[in-house]
Amino acid sequence: MVDLSSARQQQVLAPTPLLKQLPPAARLVLRGRSQVLAAAADALGLPRSETPCRAVRSDVRAALWLGPDERLLLGSADAAAEMHGLLQRALAGMAHSLVDIGHGQVGFEVSGARAALALNTGCPLDLDPASFPPDMCTRTVFAKAQILLWRTGATTFRLETARSFAPYVTQILALAGRES
Amino acid sequence: MSGDLRAASGGRIDRNRVLRFRFDDREYTGAAGDTLASALLANGVHLLGRSFKYHRPRGVLSAGADEPSALVTVRRDAARMTPNLRATQVELYEGLEAFSQNRWPSLELDVGAVSGLLSPFIPAGFYYKTFMWPRGAWHRLYEPKIRAAAGLGRAPEQADPDIYANRFAHCDVLVVGAGPAGLAAAAAAAGSGARVILCDEQSEPGGSLLAEPAAHSEAAIAGEPAARWLTRTLRQLTAHPRLTLLTRTTAFGYFPHNLLGLNQRLSDHLPRPDPGQPRERQWQVRAREVVLATGALERPLVFPGNDRPGILLAGAARTYLNRFGVLPGSRVVLVTACDAAYQAALDLHRAGVSVSAIVDVRSGAPDGPLLEAARLAGLPVETQATVLGTSGRLRVRAIRIQKLDSAGAPAGPVRRIRCDLVLMSGGLTPSVHLFSQSRGKLAWDESLAAFLPGQAVERVRSVGACRGVFSLAAAVSDGTGAGLSAARDAGFSVSAAIPEAPLPESAAAGRPGALPQPPGVSGEKAFVDWQNDVTARDLTLAAREGFRSIEHVKRYTTTGMATDQGKTSNINALAIVARELGEAMPRVGLTTFRMPYTPVSFGSFAGFARGELFDPVRATPMHDWAARQGAVFENVGLWKRARYFPLPGEDMHAAVARECLAVREHCGIFDASTLGKIEVAGKDAATFMNRMYVNAWANLAVGRCRYGILLRDDGFIYDDGVVARMAPDRFHVTTTTGGAAGVLALMEDYRQTEWPDLDVWLTSTTEQWAVIALQGPAARRVLEPLIEGLDLSAGAMPHMSAARGRICGIPMLLMRVSFTGELGFEINVPADFGLPVWQAVFETGQAHGITPYGTEAMHVLRADKGYIIVGQDTDGTVTPDDAGLAWSIGKGKPDFLGKRALERPALASPYRKQLVGLLTRDPQQVLEEGAQIVPGRHRSAPEPALGHVTSSYHSARLGRSIALALVGAGRSRIGETLYVSMPDGDIPVQVTSPVFYDPQGSRLNG
Repeated sequence: MVDLSSARQQQVLAPTPLLKQLPPAARLVLRGRSQVLAAAADALGLPRSETPCRAVRSDVRAALWLGPDERLLLGSADAAAEMHGLLQRALAGMAHSLVDIGHGQVGFEVSGARAALALNTGCPLDLDPASFPPDMCTRTVFAKAQILLWRTGATTFRLETARSFAPYVTQILALAGRES
Repeated sequence: MSGDLRAASGGRIDRNRVLRFRFDDREYTGAAGDTLASALLANGVHLLGRSFKYHRPRGVLSAGADEPSALVTVRRDAARMTPNLRATQVELYEGLEAFSQNRWPSLELDVGAVSGLLSPFIPAGFYYKTFMWPRGAWHRLYEPKIRAAAGLGRAPEQADPDIYANRFAHCDVLVVGAGPAGLAAAAAAAGSGARVILCDEQSEPGGSLLAEPAAHSEAAIAGEPAARWLTRTLRQLTAHPRLTLLTRTTAFGYFPHNLLGLNQRLSDHLPRPDPGQPRERQWQVRAREVVLATGALERPLVFPGNDRPGILLAGAARTYLNRFGVLPGSRVVLVTACDAAYQAALDLHRAGVSVSAIVDVRSGAPDGPLLEAARLAGLPVETQATVLGTSGRLRVRAIRIQKLDSAGAPAGPVRRIRCDLVLMSGGLTPSVHLFSQSRGKLAWDESLAAFLPGQAVERVRSVGACRGVFSLAAAVSDGTGAGLSAARDAGFSVSAAIPEAPLPESAAAGRPGALPQPPGVSGEKAFVDWQNDVTARDLTLAAREGFRSIEHVKRYTTTGMATDQGKTSNINALAIVARELGEAMPRVGLTTFRMPYTPVSFGSFAGFARGELFDPVRATPMHDWAARQGAVFENVGLWKRARYFPLPGEDMHAAVARECLAVREHCGIFDASTLGKIEVAGKDAATFMNRMYVNAWANLAVGRCRYGILLRDDGFIYDDGVVARMAPDRFHVTTTTGGAAGVLALMEDYRQTEWPDLDVWLTSTTEQWAVIALQGPAARRVLEPLIEGLDLSAGAMPHMSAARGRICGIPMLLMRVSFTGELGFEINVPADFGLPVWQAVFETGQAHGITPYGTEAMHVLRADKGYIIVGQDTDGTVTPDDAGLAWSIGKGKPDFLGKRALERPALASPYRKQLVGLLTRDPQQVLEEGAQIVPGRHRSAPEPALGHVTSSYHSARLGRSIALALVGAGRSRIGETLYVSMPDGDIPVQVTSPVFYDPQGSRLNG
């Protein structure tokens, strides 16, 4: 029998000076009440945080606030099973929902002095650092696609979108990046 | 011919950069910095087009966005051809090619001008009166003829090849208009630390200051010459890091909550635009505070023959002289109803133009510094006079004036003055377009004879001329004050004292309406609306015919309805109607200001949303494989789904038949990845499912699946799908492809608002899983060698069961389900493994006759079994019982979404439309989906239909046509013959059960 466990075929989208596709990642959606979210943060070695639309992170992991009862937990792809295990142990007996969406989304880094301008081609949010500071994250739209936007630095954003929307988002960003 | 009529120096043009251009196939030259209008005037060309209705020769009236007359087509190539551009706003570039419009065969000799002779027969509203009979002729004859004769430029016939960009932006203060007031406002706001966007429609900021003579300007701001103030302020503004200055950018629309639409023209002024760069960019700006500094527009005077080429607005002549260094004539007569216009005569006089007369049409004894200056300069001023007419065929040659008596009526001898340039000024109209679009109330100011911004609805301020503050120093002070207070209200601390707002000034009030004429009908037309050819007489006629509201007069006469939206005409029209009705102007009303302020290209609105990027195109992980196999795709929502896989030489019918038979006899493989998937998890997951879906979930064992039906609260089917219970507290819910987003939103809505006490959460996993459906008697044999740790036997894994395992080493969720009626499995693997697993399954299946099939075969196969498709066999008015699915309802449940609605008597009526099967007598006849079903064949009168065909196919396995239908009391009619009504005759059909194939389900459970 063939073993395809190393045959993962990530969708590959053309990079642009503005846009870099990120490697596969662990993505777990954790939903539950505050004590669950706090226990999960402890288990993953992340600070507890209930600040809306803010990400907290360590060297290898991050928790993005997507709603009062919802966090997107990110890590490297090879650590997915480990994260899952840590959480299952920490949350045993507590009502929660832990769902793997690692293959369902594609991540990009949008960076450079013109990153915010290019994102504002399709995203109606105010991306001025005063309104959208580093570590801010939110679900929003980019033209007709839903995206998740996380400002990881002064001129760097992480953009996540459902895999089937990725070509659409990257094509428009490529056009926006060509604007002088 | 070169710029003969160019002053030797002065202006903002670069005389050393000569630009060649063509107008109507004649070559001219202009200078860098020119507009098409200024360059043509510099060449002595005043005739620029023919008017809309009467084909009268027309020239340039204004120097800006208000131009109603000088409309041209600019052509770069066959696809890049823009009609109806205002020559006053077209920036000149090397090689520009422009054409006049609305003329044939040529501008000088236009056959359509004959309609001017017929004008007594085409008064206002003539098309309502004249073209009523004979009936039917409107569509065949009148409308096509009128359409051909009317209209201005022609739209290009090729697709627009240019790129259009979009940008969302936010700011603390948006300033519209970079004239003196707007510049002052932007400087004050930016100086307070606010994030400012300043936009202006012109090629450079400065507004009215651009029309001030640089060399010897009397204009000064706090003792500083205006030109120096402008340079210094611009330097200050561009140094601000948080200020964005946008030129060539028109604020065209004011939307709720301080959202403004700006259209930035990026490349129309360039000789060779880079095709890789956008032509325009539309900005959607959300501003905390808005400052409108949109200035004022000069009104023409309404007198007979006021539309000849060579008759300009006085302020426009100043612009042509001072900004572009153009002498628009050699002998000028100024007709004015306000002081400000005297400056135009003084400037032209200084430039060496002979001023033949200044005709002041005001009564009384007007006086002021400008009038005094005119007298000192020795300019002949004729006060208390009116204009009776003008002459000249393609250019004005003379003007006839007459004195007014003490009662204001024309009296005394008529004087004819030779001239080649007539300037007119009826006063200034503040530009309140955007303020009015923002739903702000306008207030009539009698002393200014103008509507001014009144009560605001949005957080908006108007400054400078657009609120009647015309004088330079006052406008700048007004702007500064508004800039500071806007910054303060946007949350910035403002240290500077906010100057008191100056009062509006009446010096430019002028005289709206028509100039007095002697009794009797003048043969010459006095135009009010240049673009739509509406005359003063049309308006008085409309009033006499009984129109009272200006809104009705507008529609009847079309005044103000052209693309210029009556920028130059509205107030004059209102004054004429008010006078005819004997009413005060505000009582007659004011027409609504609509966006866009000036026309905006469709491309700007479309932005990137065209062609390939019109909508997202969603593709599954296996899409490219299907494409390589030659699949024909169909759109399902935003998804591309493989519809069928034709082999060489096959049409759709043959391919679908082959695919169906392969599934029935061997094994088919189908991409079901697009189905919606929602993980419902948490300790109360079963309770939640019980409340959402009609089915009973409490007794569903872990590892088992159930066909779930979701209703809306009105009791009608909203969605369906197989649900697997993966753990006591976890359900894997599938939805239809199109319903996925709506089902999740509905569930989340109920969860958050109705049952926040439940410990249950939802997560979309639609794109996490690639789903490979394997269907057919050989499905188990294909799958078995690829999986580990699972027993696929019917005993261990019966129909409607689910289990986790591995396929080719990949973690898998396997569901034994069937939408075909055959033994079937759906393999869920993480999406990035979808294609490799699909290929492995396909490889293994070769020995078993595996065949890829598409959505069309899937539809036929499910119809064989009478399985419904939500949205095809249901239409939002179908209950579970109507669809024959009453068995799915959990009878013992206290409640579920739609339960109360189902208890309404009407929803339990036995006469409701019910899902049945239909078989035609001729087994090869395939019914038309949507066709109506009637009870009898020989009908004398129309009768209501019993129902309609919802699905209809040729079934390859059954060797005949089958159809599903919704028929009134359908289940009680099984065995009856009904008729499907078609244009070429009724088709008899037998009503049957909707299950045509394997009603016992032995294949399914095999």
